[in-house]
Amino acid sequence: MATVFIPALMQNLTGSRQTVEVEGSTVRQIVENLDKAYPGIKDRLVEGNRLKSNISVAVDGEVTPLGMLERVGESSEVHFLPAIGGGSCAGVPY
Amino acid sequence: MPSKTHVQTTINGEQVDFLCEPRQSLLECLRDIVGLTGSKEGCNDGNCGACTVMFDGRIVTSCLVLGVEAEGKEITTIEGIASPAGLHPIQQAFLEDAALQCGICTPGFIVAAKALLDQEPDPSEQRIRGWLANNLCRCTGYDKIVRAVQHAATSMQETRA
Amino acid sequence: MTTTEYEPNIVLSTTEYDVVGTRPIRPDGADKVTGRALYGADVNPTGLIHGKILRSPHAHARIKSIDTSKAEAHPGVLAVVTAEDLPGTKLGGTVDYGEGKQDLAYLRGNVMAGDKVLYAGHAVAGVAAANPHVAEEALGLIEVEYELLPPVLKAPDSMGGGAPVLLEHLRTEELGERTDRAGNIATHFRHTLGDLEEGFKDADVVVEREFNTQTVHQGYIEPQNVTALWNNDGRLHIWTSSQGPFEVRGAVASALDIPVSQVKVTPMEIGGGFGGKFPLYHDPIAALLSKKSGHPVKIVMTRKEVFEGTGPTPGSNMKIKMGATSNGKITAAHAYLAFEAGAFPGSPVGAAAMCVFAPYDISNAVIDGYDVLVNKPKSAAYRAPGATQAAFAAETVVDELAGKLGIDPIEFRLMNAAKEGARRADGVVHPRIGLVETLVALRDHPHWKAPLEGPNRGRGVAVGYWVNGSGPSACTISVNADGTINLTEGSADIGGTRASVSMQAAEVLGIRAEDVRPTVTDTDNIGYTSGTGGSSVTFKTGRTAHDAAQNVKEQMIARAATIWEISPDTVELDKGVFHSRTDPELKMTFSELAEQLNDTGGPIMGRSAFSPTGVGAAYAGCIADVEVDPDTGKVDVLRFTIAQDAGKAIHPSYVEGQMQGGAVQGIGWGLNEEYFYNTAGELTNGSFLDYRMPTSLDLPMIDTVIVEVPNPGHPFGVRGVGEVNIVPPPPALANAIHAAVGVRMYQLPMNPAAVMEALRQQK
Repeated sequence: MATVFIPALMQNLTGSRQTVEVEGSTVRQIVENLDKAYPGIKDRLVEGNRLKSNISVAVDGEVTPLGMLERVGESSEVHFLPAIGGGSCAGVPY
Repeated sequence: MPSKTHVQTTINGEQVDFLCEPRQSLLECLRDIVGLTGSKEGCNDGNCGACTVMFDGRIVTSCLVLGVEAEGKEITTIEGIASPAGLHPIQQAFLEDAALQCGICTPGFIVAAKALLDQEPDPSEQRIRGWLANNLCRCTGYDKIVRAVQHAATSMQETRA
Repeated sequence: MTTTEYEPNIVLSTTEYDVVGTRPIRPDGADKVTGRALYGADVNPTGLIHGKILRSPHAHARIKSIDTSKAEAHPGVLAVVTAEDLPGTKLGGTVDYGEGKQDLAYLRGNVMAGDKVLYAGHAVAGVAAANPHVAEEALGLIEVEYELLPPVLKAPDSMGGGAPVLLEHLRTEELGERTDRAGNIATHFRHTLGDLEEGFKDADVVVEREFNTQTVHQGYIEPQNVTALWNNDGRLHIWTSSQGPFEVRGAVASALDIPVSQVKVTPMEIGGGFGGKFPLYHDPIAALLSKKSGHPVKIVMTRKEVFEGTGPTPGSNMKIKMGATSNGKITAAHAYLAFEAGAFPGSPVGAAAMCVFAPYDISNAVIDGYDVLVNKPKSAAYRAPGATQAAFAAETVVDELAGKLGIDPIEFRLMNAAKEGARRADGVVHPRIGLVETLVALRDHPHWKAPLEGPNRGRGVAVGYWVNGSGPSACTISVNADGTINLTEGSADIGGTRASVSMQAAEVLGIRAEDVRPTVTDTDNIGYTSGTGGSSVTFKTGRTAHDAAQNVKEQMIARAATIWEISPDTVELDKGVFHSRTDPELKMTFSELAEQLNDTGGPIMGRSAFSPTGVGAAYAGCIADVEVDPDTGKVDVLRFTIAQDAGKAIHPSYVEGQMQGGAVQGIGWGLNEEYFYNTAGELTNGSFLDYRMPTSLDLPMIDTVIVEVPNPGHPFGVRGVGEVNIVPPPPALANAIHAAVGVRMYQLPMNPAAVMEALRQQK
């Protein structure tokens, strides 16, 4: 089970839990399963088919360009972070 | 429509004629009329040195000189520094010592440095820094530029010797 | 919380290379030292005319009407445009800033103001004429009726209840949640780690300080420029000096609501960017003027326009609180970061939060970040955006803690240094990093122990971190008959990356750096390549060059095998020579094989295109010696040393150059640079005379130490080097000032007036 770190401002949706163990082999599956356990979290993270443009996801320490498609391992750590740069202000291309 | 003045001048050793409005700077004339785009505009008010050219034996910021003032003068721009024989030692030193990154300030620095080394073959570091203080560089922090000028001074002295 | 047994290895990567690590002359050098290189303002297509832009003199106002008729009638004027010409924008009407359409509305709104002007310098209209002076005259004939509104200029003022509201539809976003709070706070996020309260209880010493920094500009010497030709076939060709040609293509297409395939961007040489040449500014205006006039239109900003109309880096208000035990262990850290986004959302406060405590292994931390609108230009990235402001604050507090505990400042940092396995305050675990090695390099450098005698002289040290980035990139290589290769890539070359990218391909193939002919091409001719920023090019485009070269190598090996009529499995390439493992007689150099390609099957090309992962973050640290004049407050930098973990320096001269350039920008930021606004929100120092950047006379030589702790995510160990070097200088100078005259500086810049005020208060 991967460990998902819940951003502080979303912990109201997880009963104040800071980390949650979640099944899933891609970020998409992780988000779906997280939402099943804590409804409403998917709406905070996802728009349409992708992560919201101001959110990025880091799997095992690295922000991934694949977003929802990134593979997640058995003991991976998943962090949702405010995207840095982004849009037409990019200075860091991620 | 403002009437234009016929200017006859010498640029990089060649006689050049052009027509310009009195309000056009020498920099604008060089770039937009004569077609020598090597001198750059960074500020248009004499504070960055990217437009530095030799004007009758002294360096000037060409943005603060009017095109009509070039009449009868001898002007050297960056395009006139190298010769058919090859790059000037200052140009060569800038390349070997990696004294440029984006390169936009480089023409101004090379013209200014040549003016210094032509009259003072062995300047101190402080003298070099002071002479070049009107040339702004935002990429290099000046370290490699100063070293390149020192290096060029040495190779120019060796050539003379 | 380190999990591995740690062995610092300051000496560097031990793999010897043939090309990587050498210092060849850059391939574009001859053009750049002779004035032949063509920068954006040098381009001159047939029929070129010139555009000029009318900008708001007011910091905050509603546009009641714009009358362009007199300008249009002015002899010589060929076209006039306003926001009405941008799709979806109505002059004087309300703009839809609703969810989903927000970013596009902000994009267009910053190109030309529709309903409100939000900063002095905000573009309002564009004019084109054959004579640029005529175009400028015509600006004076455009009549704009403004209804003035009060401006707000600082984050703390803007966050309060009574502040004038910039964007009426804006609601504060909290990491994915659109709250119903109106006002000027665009975003709020929070990171928490461990238990902050418990952490502070464990501390024997606590230091809490508030900091303020001012708006600062990247200061590139070349102003923004664009030349646009909207051709009769509907295709829009743009020549520009931009850090991101593909980003420009996408942004222009979005702004004008045309397909991306209709837009071609040719990257010209670029005279500096540092992050400020990513955003979209006047390109759509040039395009619209071209469409209306039927001519190519060139717009070059004046220096004043650059200061007023492009994106500087934010001013900030920050509070940092840190606690440590008497043994020197940091137990808790709290950061409050409020950054000025400018007229539209998007300050780098998120990056600042990633970096603020990143040099330290701290178990308990909370970071609150706020992105706040103010009536200033929309902020843009500036070299490690956000990290410098954050480090100024955190490294000052760290220095105070070390001082109170009587611990040497480098030793204190080593005691708490983040290492592989430690957690950043936002929770992400550090991979292999080189902070310890960088600190050791400083500690063991002769500068740290050199005597510093004389009154009012002091020495300071600080460190900084930058995440570094990557992104999509592409590279193609074609083999020439003489054994050289043509390498095509799409990364705008700001500082010499053509060289570092070429060298990586040369290394793979066993040829010389001089045997590579690199070209930075336009958006029609290479796969999507993300922009030159985030210290990413030597990493991502170096990687695609490396992989494209591997691709060439495989095909050349197969070709040699065909020629020798043996299996490719037995053929190897070693130091530029193909040979058979099984038959030592069979040997061919790279150029000997290249010569035969057309007769043995045809040309060989290699390619690679993807988004490389495996980014390595970078640390830098610096030591500054200063002398403070107690009568004027002027601070002279006597000696400066910067150490930085580059992973592997592909071209050491250019790595040194990045370190020196960033350090000097940091020195300027620390000691002098700021935007001066009057109370009406007008910029009063928009020139190089009054926005005073360091000159050669202000500085000593900048000594560099390249530390190499290889990044396991890159074939040569590369870590991006372009940015982190700007981060530690301001706090190092602040700490040096304290050592010199005993005052702590809590604001940037630490200019003579600020230092005098601090000295006065000390008395």
